Amino acid sequence: MTATLAKGINAFKEVMDAPIASFFSSCVHCGLCAEACLFYTESGDARFTPIHKIEPLRRIWQQEYTLLGKLGSMVGFGKEVTDAELAEWESLVYDSCTMCGRCAMVCPVGNDLTYMIRKMREGMVAAGHAPEGLVTATQRAISSGSPAGVKWVTVQAQIRRLEKQHGYTVPVDQVDVDYLVLMSSWEILNFPEYLGAVGRILNQAGKTWTLASDAYEATNSGIQIGSSDLARELVSRIVSAAERLKARCVISPECGHAYTAIRWDGPNLMGRPFGFEVKHILEVLDNLRRAGKLKLKNQKSLTQPLTYHDPCQISRRGGVYEQPRTLLNACASDFREMADTGVMNWCCGGGGGVSANERAEPLRMNVFKKKKSQIEALGVKTLVTACANCRVVMEEALEHYGMDVEMLGLTEVVADQLEEN
Amino acid sequence: MNSLDLLTFARGTALNAALAVCAFGILLRLFEIFGLGRKADLSPARPTTPGSGWRTMYARSIPPPGMVRRDPVTYIAGYVFHIGLFITILLFAPHIELIREVTSLGWPSLPSALVDALAVASIIALLVLLAHRFSNPVKRLLTTGGDYLAWVLTLLPLLTGYLAYHHLLFEYTFMLALHILSVELLLMLLPFTKLFHVVSVFISRWYNGDISGRKGVAS
Repeated sequence: MTATLAKGINAFKEVMDAPIASFFSSCVHCGLCAEACLFYTESGDARFTPIHKIEPLRRIWQQEYTLLGKLGSMVGFGKEVTDAELAEWESLVYDSCTMCGRCAMVCPVGNDLTYMIRKMREGMVAAGHAPEGLVTATQRAISSGSPAGVKWVTVQAQIRRLEKQHGYTVPVDQVDVDYLVLMSSWEILNFPEYLGAVGRILNQAGKTWTLASDAYEATNSGIQIGSSDLARELVSRIVSAAERLKARCVISPECGHAYTAIRWDGPNLMGRPFGFEVKHILEVLDNLRRAGKLKLKNQKSLTQPLTYHDPCQISRRGGVYEQPRTLLNACASDFREMADTGVMNWCCGGGGGVSANERAEPLRMNVFKKKKSQIEALGVKTLVTACANCRVVMEEALEHYGMDVEMLGLTEVVADQLEEN
Repeated sequence: MNSLDLLTFARGTALNAALAVCAFGILLRLFEIFGLGRKADLSPARPTTPGSGWRTMYARSIPPPGMVRRDPVTYIAGYVFHIGLFITILLFAPHIELIREVTSLGWPSLPSALVDALAVASIIALLVLLAHRFSNPVKRLLTTGGDYLAWVLTLLPLLTGYLAYHHLLFEYTFMLALHILSVELLLMLLPFTKLFHVVSVFISRWYNGDISGRKGVAS
């Protein structure tokens, strides 16, 4: 499918709905969304004002869906959206927005700017103005099943290593199980300890679980690039596997946008509710704890001062912000909160496909100054999170700034706190 | 046409026309919004949630922690302007008298001297916000002709009301007619400018709160 301006404009029209129209109607140009956006606060560049990033979409709305705008276009007012303009907007829409949603929490008139950016990206990708890095990642995800090109043999190799290390069998393609476990590319490539930890926890809790050989990857580049068609294709692989294996719950891994993709967007992409539950791993862990199935040592394993970085899609856009705190307090004796935290956290700078977009790297490193100052204010040397993408982005940035801070995934922290059998 | 004729026109024909245009405009704009529809969300909402559309509708009037410090001018001048304007419109004795005449509903007023001071505060806040629009790079980038139009439309009723109350500039009857006509101009253009946020803010806030609330977040 070739991308053209006409297709882009069509896609802009297709995504228009009552919420978008109310948001554009309400904007009073106060500029407060900029003050909530780390791309603006860390650079002072006014072009990074969230509502400005959606300007072409606003003009389509005004010209096509308001009487005054239509009349204006007829008599020659109203600047048309051009290919050159979208090309110019590409970096604003993809490089300087992680869809973290912080602006949506502060806008005085209640505009959900993330919702708008997500819609804007549908038109951008249809018009052929998505960044190359994301396009390549999405193509790889469609053709090989993973944006990083991770193949099942890679997962198999990881399984064999884990089986040797932990002495249990990793179930593959088991039918009628409590949980279908998914991973993100990063967890397969960089953090095999995640799968090891999930296995130890679920086994100890007496739960049945499995991996699916045809749906092991939860990362959804379709959501990040803004293509519902591609996002649907990726989600449908997980849905088919979950249904084929009769899994009662699908566990979204430590990955923010994967959770958004399958938990919140999934049923809407598929056009039907799922017959199984979708939970983030932290929700599963906290449910097990509440049911008394998570047997943790009383002696807390982590005694050093540490803090927790809320992945935007898990907390602000996902509603999982209490569970990590309860879990972390059960494992750590000196857990310190950052100044802006929970649903008002600051993004790592690499969400929403920004980390897959090489062109955005200098921007991403610059905006990390916010997280850097938050960490330094607490004086901690350990940073826990629950998103492998946040973790990779922050590990790179910590290295870049020469900061001596260790990163941990919360699931492995919990696994290390388990009572020995 | 003398001043009294103008006042009679302002109070009669012009008022009816302005109210009709305003009502038609609001209905049209609401139709433009809701006519676009919204797909049902098929993802299961969280069973318990601290947030909802209704909550966000009023909760969003309070700035989130840390935000006032980031942009004190917009927040403080914004509050002073809105509070001053609401009180001037709704708690000034002659305005309540007018509402009582039309609807036979009435309520107690605030002392006129106090309302006068708040109207002046509103005007000053508008001037501060205009200066901020010129000086703040974000606002400068976002600003269009519509922002200046909305600013003038809002200032005129406050200013003419102040001048009429203090019997300044023109003879009282003429000033009062100008005041009423400026309000009518505001009413007629409200649905077609950013001033429509007076109505749409409740819709956009509701959607925002609904989108977050179903995920278990109070936005």
